[in-house]
Amino acid sequence: MDIAEAILTTVATASTPLLIAATGELVVERSGVLNLGVEGMMLMGAVSGFAVTALTGYPWLGVLAAVIVGAVYSLLFGFLTLTLVTNQVATGLALTLLGVGLSGLIGVPFVGHPGIQMTSLYIPGLTGLPYVGKLLFGEDPLFYLSIVLVIGVSWFLFGTRAGLTLRSVGDNHGSAHALGIPVIRIRYLAVMFGGACAGLAGAQLSIVYTPQWVENMTAGRGWIALALVVFASWRPWRVFAGAYLFGLLTIAELNIQAVDLSTLHQLPGAVYDLLALIKAIPSQFLSSIPYLATVVVLVVISRNRRLTMMNTPASLGRAFVPDR
Amino acid sequence: MDAERGNVGGPLLDVRGLTKIFGSLRACDGVDLKINRGEIHALLGENGAGKSTFVKMLFGSLEPYSGEIWWKGEKVRIASPGEARRLGIGMVFQHFSLFDALTAAENIALSLDDGSPIGTIAAKAKALSYSYGLPLDPYSLVGDLSVGERQRIEIIRCLLQTPDLIILDEPTSVLTPQEADKLFETLERLRSEGKSILYISHRLEEVKRMCDGATVLRHGKVVGHCDPRQETASSLARMMVGSEVNAVTRPPVDARVDHSPLLEIRALSRKAATPFAVPLRAIDLSVKAGEVVGIAGVAGNGQGEFFEAISGEVRQEDAGSVRISGKDAGHLSISKRRLLGAAFVPEERLGHGAAPLMPLSENLLLSRFATDGKAFLGPLGTIRTATIESASERIIKHMDVRMSGKDPEAAALSGGNLQKFIVGRELDRQPSVMVVNQPTWGVDAGAAARIRQALIELARAGSAVLVISQDLDELFEISDFIAVMHNGTMSAPLPIADATFEKIGLLMGGASPEEGHPVGEAA
Amino acid sequence: MRIELVKRPQHSILFSALSPVVALILTLLFGLVLFALLGRNPVTAMYIYFVSPLTEVWQIHELAVKAAPLILIAVGLSVCYRSNNWNIGAEGQLVAGALAGSILPVMFPDFQNFMLLPLMMIMGMIGGALYAGIPAILKVRFNTNEILSSLMLVYVANLFLDWMVRGPWRDPNGHNFPQTIQFSDAATLPAIFPASGRASWDFVFALVAALVIWFMMEKTLKGFEVRVMGQSPRAGRFAGFSSGRIVIFSFVVSGALAGLAGIATVSANINQLQPVISPGYGFTAIIVAFLGRLNPLGIVVAGLVLALSYLGGEAAQTAIGISDKTASVFQGMLLFFVLASDTLIYYRIRIVRSRERAGEVVHGHS
Repeated sequence: MDIAEAILTTVATASTPLLIAATGELVVERSGVLNLGVEGMMLMGAVSGFAVTALTGYPWLGVLAAVIVGAVYSLLFGFLTLTLVTNQVATGLALTLLGVGLSGLIGVPFVGHPGIQMTSLYIPGLTGLPYVGKLLFGEDPLFYLSIVLVIGVSWFLFGTRAGLTLRSVGDNHGSAHALGIPVIRIRYLAVMFGGACAGLAGAQLSIVYTPQWVENMTAGRGWIALALVVFASWRPWRVFAGAYLFGLLTIAELNIQAVDLSTLHQLPGAVYDLLALIKAIPSQFLSSIPYLATVVVLVVISRNRRLTMMNTPASLGRAFVPDR
Repeated sequence: MDAERGNVGGPLLDVRGLTKIFGSLRACDGVDLKINRGEIHALLGENGAGKSTFVKMLFGSLEPYSGEIWWKGEKVRIASPGEARRLGIGMVFQHFSLFDALTAAENIALSLDDGSPIGTIAAKAKALSYSYGLPLDPYSLVGDLSVGERQRIEIIRCLLQTPDLIILDEPTSVLTPQEADKLFETLERLRSEGKSILYISHRLEEVKRMCDGATVLRHGKVVGHCDPRQETASSLARMMVGSEVNAVTRPPVDARVDHSPLLEIRALSRKAATPFAVPLRAIDLSVKAGEVVGIAGVAGNGQGEFFEAISGEVRQEDAGSVRISGKDAGHLSISKRRLLGAAFVPEERLGHGAAPLMPLSENLLLSRFATDGKAFLGPLGTIRTATIESASERIIKHMDVRMSGKDPEAAALSGGNLQKFIVGRELDRQPSVMVVNQPTWGVDAGAAARIRQALIELARAGSAVLVISQDLDELFEISDFIAVMHNGTMSAPLPIADATFEKIGLLMGGASPEEGHPVGEAA
Repeated sequence: MRIELVKRPQHSILFSALSPVVALILTLLFGLVLFALLGRNPVTAMYIYFVSPLTEVWQIHELAVKAAPLILIAVGLSVCYRSNNWNIGAEGQLVAGALAGSILPVMFPDFQNFMLLPLMMIMGMIGGALYAGIPAILKVRFNTNEILSSLMLVYVANLFLDWMVRGPWRDPNGHNFPQTIQFSDAATLPAIFPASGRASWDFVFALVAALVIWFMMEKTLKGFEVRVMGQSPRAGRFAGFSSGRIVIFSFVVSGALAGLAGIATVSANINQLQPVISPGYGFTAIIVAFLGRLNPLGIVVAGLVLALSYLGGEAAQTAIGISDKTASVFQGMLLFFVLASDTLIYYRIRIVRSRERAGEVVHGHS
C-alpha cells in the first residue's frame, strides 16, 4: 500500500470523531446553548457502543446504542440548564465529570475485552482503484456517515425553515419568544442532537478507530471538538476543514518525526526543504497551532461587529426564562 | 354590550376586564377596550401605565390573569403569538423582534406559519413593500439596517399575514420625522383598506392627527375613553398624567441665599451611541442655587442621554460643557463629579440606581463610597458596616421608607419605597447639585408627594435641583423654571409664572413658543 | 405538563441554607443506590468511602495534599465568577505558574538560600497572573469571549510545558526521560508536620488565601466592587466602577492563585517538572468553586469534600474492588444536585398541568 494513501486513510479515521462531535456541538451552539460536556458524552457513547457491540456481536447495534445513550445523557444537561436555568459552564463540566466516572464504572468488565471492529467498505472494482480507490470507496461506514452528517447539518441550518428557526433562537431568544417560537423546546432538541452526535463520535473511537475500551479513551477529543466549533466560526464546512486540519496535524506529528530525511533525497528540493523545516519545528508547536488559531479567529471575529453578528450565536450561553 | 351575536356592525375587538398581575403589581387592572373595523384606536399612557403588558396579552405573549377577549363576536383565548396571527392579529414591536444575523426575508419567514420557500417570501415581501411605498431589499442583513428600515421589515412582516388588526407599539419613538410621516401615510392607507389599528403612543400630536378613538391608561387602569380629535394636546396630557391633589408647598425662593449658578451646561452635544439613541444638540442650561429647574418632554427625546452626560456615566469631549460648582466637570468621572457636590438619581431604579439583589445598606454604599469614604470606609478599604447601617436607618426614617424585615434587598421593596430610599440616599449628604430623572414614575401618590417636597426643601436650603420628568403636573408643582427637551434640543427655561400647560405642551410637540404651531420634529 | 419557574421577589434565605444540605443528602442517597447496583453492601461501601480515609493521621495529611491546590484555585475562580467573568483556563494558568516558578530551581540550581522559596512562589503567581491576563485583555480590548479563549490557552500551556521538559529544560542526566532536574532541598516546599505526614505549606497558603479573599469579598470596597459589577453592571457604572478594571483584576487574582497552586504542588510533591503536573486540578477547581457556592469559606469545605471523594475512591478500589471512577461519579452528581437545588433560591417551581388549563390556574401569590 502506498504510504501517502495509508496516511490519508489514517487522517480520515483520526478526523472523523472530531468532525462528528463538533458538528453536533455546532448545532447546539447555534441554538444558543454552550454544552461543555462533549467529552463526557463521547465517553458515554464510547463505552455503551463498545459494550453493546461486545455483548451482541453487531457493531451497528453498538453504534445505535451509543447514539441513544448520548442523546439521553445530554437530556440531563438539558433539564438542568434549560428547565432549571443552571449555569451552563458548570453544568457542562459536571456532565463531563460524571461521564468520565460513569463510563469508567460501566466499562470495568470490558477492559481488555477483545473488541469487534466495524468492517470497512469494499466495493468490487472501485475500492481497488489506484490512489483514490481505498480513500473514496474503502473507508469505514462512519466516515461516510460523518460526511453525510456535515452535508445534512449544513442543508438543515441554511436550507430549511426548521434550521432558520433554530438559528433565530440562537441569535435572539427574546425576539424568538415574542414571535411565539418555542425557544426551550428547540433548545432541548438541539442539545439532544448534540448528545447523539457526541455518542456517535465516541462509538467511532471504540468500534472503528481502536476497537477496545480504555478508560478516558477520548483523550481530550471532546475539548478539541469544542475548539473546532469556534475555530470554524459556527459553520459546518469550516468544521469539516478544521477537523481534517487537526487530524492531519496529529498524524503528521506522529509520522514526520519517524521520517528519515536521508532516504528522501530524490524528492524535489522545495518539498525536501519544507519537510526538513517542519521536522525542525518542535511537534508541540505544531500541535498548538490549532488552539492559537482558534484564539486568533475569536479575536478577529469579536473585534468586528459585523463578523460577530454574522458568525456568533448572540445568545450563546445566556440563560432564558420565558415570561408568561 | 350585547351586539356580539352576528357581529355585523359589532366591534372587531372587544376586551373586557383584562387583568395581569406580576408578583404584587397589577400591571393591567380590569382594562376594557373596543376597536371597530377600519378604526385607528390609540392606547395612551405614561411609561409603566401597562400599555405594553396589555398588548402582549392581546398578542398571546403573556397570559392574562383574568378577563375576556371577544374577537369578531366570539370569545377567544389567545395562548400564543401563532394563535394571534391565525386569528388575524399582527404586531409591530416597539424595540422590534428581529434577528440581526438574518436577512430581511428570513426574518419575515420566521413569523409566517406557512412553509413557502424563502425565495417566494422574499419576492412577495418585495412586491408588497413597493406597493406600500416602503421599499425593502429582502436579502439585506437586518443588523446592517437603520431603525426605520427595521421597522419596515416589521410592518411588511405583519402585512404579509393579512391581519385584520395591527398593533403598533410606540412606532414613532425610534423614527426620524420623515420616517414617521411615511408611517402615517401607510397607516392611513391601511385604514382606507378597512384594517383596524391599535396605536400605542404617548405622542399626543400624532394621536390627535390620526386616531379615531383613544383609551387612556394610568397605573394599569382605564381612566377614560375619548375621541382624540375632540381633545387638545393638553387635555389628553392631563388625562394621561392625571392631576393628583396638590400636596406640596413651594415657598418662594429666599432672596438672602447666594444665587450663583451651581450647575452649568454649555453647548453640550453628544452623538447617538446606538441606533436607538437620540443625539444631544448644543444644549445650554444653568441651574442656580436655591431653585428647581424642571425639564419636560415626551419620553425618548434625549432625556436619558442627557442624564448620562450630566452624571458622568458618559464623559464629554469638552471639559467645559458641564460645570459643577464652578468647576469644569466634562472630563470627570461620576465619582469625581459627586466629590464636587453633585448627586444623581437615574430613571431606572432596579439595575441602575440600585443593585436589585443587594440589601439597602450596600445600596447606600453604592453611590456614596467616594463622597463618604472617611465615614464609611476604614483602613485597606474595609467597609464600616455599622456606620453604613445606621446611616441607612437614618434615611429610612427620614424618608418614611416602609419595608418588611431589617435591611431587605432592594428588589423586595415596592417601587415607591425604593425610590424614597434612593432619593433619600442622595439628600442625606446635602448635595449642592441634585439631578433627578423621573423622580416619581410608578410611585404611589403619597411617596411622590414626599419626594417632591424633599426636592423643594433641598433647593430652598441652597442647592441647585434639576428634575427631568414626563409628568407635567409634577413639574408645575415643584419647578421655578421649566425647559422642554425635544429631539435632543433644549428650549430656553420659562419662569413658572409664565409657563402654562398649553405653552409647554406645544414645546413638547416640537413647536417654538413664538410661532405657536408645530413645526415638525426637525426643529 | 410543564415546569415553570417563577422568580422570587427576594432570594430565599431558607433555601440558601437548605440547598447544600439537600444536595448532600441526595448525593448520599444516590451513592447508596449506586453501591447497591454495583453489588456491594451500601452501608459498608459508604463507610469505606467517606469515613475510612479519615481514620488515621497520615490520611488527614493526604486529604490536605489533595485539597490544597483545589482550594487555592477555586478561591481565585470565585472572584472571577462573582464578577461574572468566566475563566475556565485555570489549568493553563497553573501550568504557567509552575513554569515561571521553576525558572530559579531549574536554571539556577546553585541559587539556594532562604529567599529561594518565596521568590519561586512569587514568580509562580506572576506567571499565572500574566497568563490569565491574556484572555482578560482580549475581553476588554476586543470583547472576545473569555470562556473560549481561556480554555484554548490551557492546551497551549500544556503543550509548552511538554516541549520545555522534553527540550530546553530536560535533565541532561535523566536517561532521556521527559523531566527537569530534581529541585534542591532549598527549593522544596517543606511539610508542615513532617513527623506525621506529607501535607505541606501549600495547604496553609490555601487557607490563608481563602481567608484573605473572603475578607476582601465581604468586608472591603474592592469586594463590593466585584460583587456589584457581577450582579448589576449598570448599577456598578453608576457607582463609578469600571468594568474593564474588574475584568483584569479578577483574572489576575485567579491566575495568580492558580499559578501559586501550580508551583506549590510541583515544589512540594513532584520536585521537578514533568509533561503532566496536574491531574486536572484547574478543571476540578471549577466544580469546587460552585460546590462552595462561590464563597471562599464554603470553598474550603468543598475542597475537602472533593479531596475526600478522591481518597474514598482509592480506598474503595483497594478495599472492595470498585473502580476509583466512582469518585468522578460522586463529584458530578454532587455538582448537579447543588446546581439544581440552587435554582430554588431564586425561583419558585410551578408545575402547570396542561396548556389548556393554564389560563384558569390561579397565578402567583407572593
